Order: sequence, then structure tokens, then C-alpha cells
Amino acid sequence: MPRRHVGAALVLISLGLGACKKKQVEVAPVPTSPTTAPAIDDAAARRAREAFVRDSIARANAAAAASASAAEAANLRAILEAPVLFEYDASDVTDDARAGLDAKLPILRTNAALRIRISGHTDARGSDEYNLALGLRRAASTRKYLSDRGIAVTRIDIVSFGEERPAATGDDDAAFAKNRRAEFEILSGADALQVPPK
Amino acid sequence: MSIRFRHSLLQYAGRALLLSLLAGTASLRAQPGVRLGLIYGEGGKRPGIFVLPVAGAAGDSLRTIVMRDLDFGDRVTVLPKMTALPSPAGTAPIDYAAAARLGINGVVQLSLVAGGVNIVLYDVAAKQVLQRKTTSLPGGPGSGTWRLAAHGVSDLSEEWITGERGIAASRLAYVADGRIWLIDSDGANPVAITSSARALSPNFHPNGQSVVYATLEPAGSALYVTDLHGSSRRVVPPSGLNISPIFTPDGAGIAYAHGDDFGTELYVVGAGGGASRRISIGRGSDNTSPTFSPDGRRIAFTSGRSGRPDVYIADQDGTNADVLAALSSSDQAYRSSPDWSPDGRAIVFQSQLGGRFQSMMITLRDRAVKQLTTEGANEDPAWAPDARHVVVSSTRTGARQLWVLDTETGRARQLTAAGGARLAAWSPRLVR
Repeated sequence: MPRRHVGAALVLISLGLGACKKKQVEVAPVPTSPTTAPAIDDAAARRAREAFVRDSIARANAAAAASASAAEAANLRAILEAPVLFEYDASDVTDDARAGLDAKLPILRTNAALRIRISGHTDARGSDEYNLALGLRRAASTRKYLSDRGIAVTRIDIVSFGEERPAATGDDDAAFAKNRRAEFEILSGADALQVPPK
Repeated sequence: MSIRFRHSLLQYAGRALLLSLLAGTASLRAQPGVRLGLIYGEGGKRPGIFVLPVAGAAGDSLRTIVMRDLDFGDRVTVLPKMTALPSPAGTAPIDYAAAARLGINGVVQLSLVAGGVNIVLYDVAAKQVLQRKTTSLPGGPGSGTWRLAAHGVSDLSEEWITGERGIAASRLAYVADGRIWLIDSDGANPVAITSSARALSPNFHPNGQSVVYATLEPAGSALYVTDLHGSSRRVVPPSGLNISPIFTPDGAGIAYAHGDDFGTELYVVGAGGGASRRISIGRGSDNTSPTFSPDGRRIAFTSGRSGRPDVYIADQDGTNADVLAALSSSDQAYRSSPDWSPDGRAIVFQSQLGGRFQSMMITLRDRAVKQLTTEGANEDPAWAPDARHVVVSSTRTGARQLWVLDTETGRARQLTAAGGARLAAWSPRLVR
């Protein structure tokens, strides 16, 4: 492996750690134990216990509300899986692509277990082999856009299919435009998708 | 190496003198008094060659194969089967006078013997046997091994006639339906040697006995080496991009393009796998499709380092990289997919003209560029082992098919019949 990968690996590790910390804070809010202090005032202790139970119920209700209904989950998946498009022989994330990627960001942030694979594709006009490199560049720049906004690189695989898997057939500009794209596949962590907070 | 004589030159110089000069060359292994190369030609005309009818059950198959191979070689004019060459009178093996009147310069006589064929080449002008040899035809008539040996007969005949060995005894590898296929040089016996994976970019080992190729798998692309019967092993596992593999000229390594977040660079790995070593210096650009000079010291490849894809040529360690060909017009916005000729003298590549790729050839001595194709799109040119013919993937009749071009005359013949064939590579000569 080339030496430059070491730097990338360190970035991966640090981002990964960041994601883990955040996940612990959100998912496991262990209350400070009311039993550690001696029960000086039974009434106060009872109020504390009741408050704790109320909070627990509220949290459970909130979680139930956050866990998406089937229709909501389908909508979240559709947002996650929507492809983004590129200009000819280019891998820069366009303004239109930014909008599409920005819509995915809160879903990825809220559902920390989600892992996805981005595949880069090209239209049929270039060289078959060079287009595979171009497709990978598109997948990589798409991943970078998401990772620059806090999504751990370890949650995103990239792959390229060049011009080998066109989304649209045809030799016209409309077909070419549809084929210059990055596609998103959910690998895991989508069993109980949560709707991002507004 | 043999020598082609012009009839007039012989008359002027005197046959005996030339023969005595030739007798001293190491390559002259024939009997005393027999020249290498046929006497023919005025004004560079190709020699007319007649292949005599061949007796025996497989005789006509053999004759048909050899006639077609000699025709595909583009160095001789093959007279039709129906040519009425009279039977010779008396003891002469050939009616030389009648042959000369019919425009025949050489006569090929094939006689099937047990397990083989006796080949004789008659020189019509010299009125004598020029060469003779008995060679084996293993396997049953029409089998793959029998056909390959028959192509070897053609190549030997072409060498006797012209001094240049033919390329009929060779095969091509290509991609169709996501699989790697092999096909004989005359378009016979197409056979898929990989199952329905997403396979790409086959290239032959210099010994002609194995093929390296890439596969596009869900988690990334990988490289495999297969024998000619489809028994394959993985040499580079799927990780990011691993594409456009080619054996190094010594056969010990595989050069390929590996891509990750930082771009796609050229690497070399051992032919059996193992650790890889980077050989291009693209500084974050995309570099693919390597091809080596025959001595392995130089490399040509596609690179996007200038912002658009172009063909570069460099030392084999990636240093001293330079654009291969100056742009002759602003229309040539995209050039790629080089293949270095087996004689080292030229490189073919593809160049986008009017929105379509055409196959081009550049002569390295003077960097003269010649456009080889105009009809349809013609992509991924690859050299035949004679450094004269080139296979391309062409849309000239609609679907992508493989076509063989003669770079000297421009003659083109269709090689594949099923649609969607592309990314072809030519084996070395398989019969010596």
C-alpha cells in the first residue's frame, strides 16, 4: 500500500472515533443513579423517582415517534438512494448534486448505523477503461462531499462501473446526462430508520 | 530472414552470384541451389499464388484454410480454386509455362500423409522446388489443434513466399456479454472462457498460454489470470479500482491501473500476485491502459494529467513522461487506449474526431500520425504479431464487432459475427 494511505487511514480512524462518541451520548443516556445518595427525604426521593419514570416514558414516546413508519422509511430510502449527476468528463459535485447530497446528510447523521456504497458511472462516449477511472473519481468526490460534512468515511464504500451499467440506453444527450451519475446503495443499518429531527 | 528478388534484378546481377552470397548467410538452411523467397513481381505487384487441390477426406478443408489465410495475410494474391492449371506433361511436377501464363508466381502443393502434411512450394519463374517440409497435423480434421496446425502451414508458406511469417496461427481474446472470449484469427471457433462475470480488458501472456483480465465486482474490481480453457486464479483482490492489466514483455509481471480516493495510477505486480509497485507519477490524475515497448524499457498509457485524456509515453518507471502526439486540430479532444507494436516501431491509439473515436497509428521514428479508420466508431486498436495488422472494435455495420485492418492497404475484414465484441487483444504466434 502506498505511504499516502497512512494519512487517510488516520483520518478514517479519527472520524470513526468521533462517530462512536456521538452515538454513545445519543443512545445510552444512563441517568445518574438516585440510589447513591442516602434517602434523607422520602417525599423528595419519591418525586425524583416519579420524575425519572415520567422522563423515561417521554423518551420512549419520542423514540416511537422518531422511528419511521413504513411510508416514512420508504421515503428516507428513496432520498438516500437518489442518484446525483455530473457534467461531461468531470467529477466535481455540481450545485444540483449538492442539493441531492445535502438531503441525504441528516438521514446519515440520525442513523449512525447506516452504511452505504457509492458507485460512479459515466456515459458511453469515452474510453471503456479510462471511464472506469472517471467513475471512481465521481464516487470519490461524492464520498468526500459527505465526509467533509461529518459522515465517517468508514461508513461509505466506493466503487466504479464506468460505462458498463448505463441507467439509460440511447446515443443522445438526454441518455448521456442520466448516465453520468453516482448511485447510492444501502449496505446495512436501515432496519429501523429514524426520521431526522426537524 | 529471407530475401525477395525482383526478376529484373536477378537477370541483371546474375543468379549464380546472388546464390553464392546467400549461401553464406546463417538463415539459409535449404539445400544448395535453392533460394529463400519467390521470384516475382514487376512494380511491387504481389506474387500470384495457387494452392493445388488436396487429395483426401480433409484435403479440401486444408486447402480452403490455407488459401483464406494467405489471402488474409495481405501479402500475396491467391488465385481462385477454379483456376484451370493444366496437369503437367512428362515428369515435370508443374506445368510452369501454363502457370506463368495464368499469372501464378508460386504453387503450393499440400499432400496429406499419416498424421501430417507434406508442403512443397514451387517457384514458377525458376521452374523448380523452392522449399519443402513435412509437418504434423495433430488431432482430428477440423479440431482446434488440427486447425491451429493448418494455420501454421499457411504461416510457413507465407514465410517461404514473402520472407515474412504469417499470423494465421494466432488467436484473439475479447469481451462480449461481460465474458472473455477467444477466437481463431480467421474468425472460427469463438469460445467463452469465463462465466458471466463483468470481465474486461483481456491481454495475452507473451507465451500465448494465458490471459490476464479484470472483473468488476460489487465491492470493487479485481484481476485474474486464466489459461486458455478458463481455469483462472485471482492475482489482485477487489479493492477500489484494478483495471486494464497487461503482462510485462518478459511475462514475469502484470502492469495495471489501480484507483482509490487519490486518483488512478499504474502499478506492476508479479504475474502470480503479491506486493505491487507504483510506476506512474500522475499526482492525483487518472492513468490507465498501459502498454510496453517490446524491450520493456518504455511505457505508453492514457492519462488525464493535462485535464483531458491523452496518450503519454514515458520510461518504464514513469519518469520522462511526454505527450505522444501533438494535436493536429482542436477537434482531437480525447485520445486514449494505446497499444505498442510488436516490432517497437509504432503505437496505435484512439482519437475522438467529430464526437467518435477513430483508430490512429503513430510511427515513433518521425511521429507521423496516420488515421486508420473513418467509417463508424473504431475503438481500442490492438496489434497483430506481424506489426502490420490491427484489430479494432467497430460500429461500421451497426453493433460493435471486431474488424481486422491492414495498416498498409487499409483493407478491413470482419472477425466476429455476434454483436457487442470489444476490447480485443491479439496473441503472439502460436506455431513456430
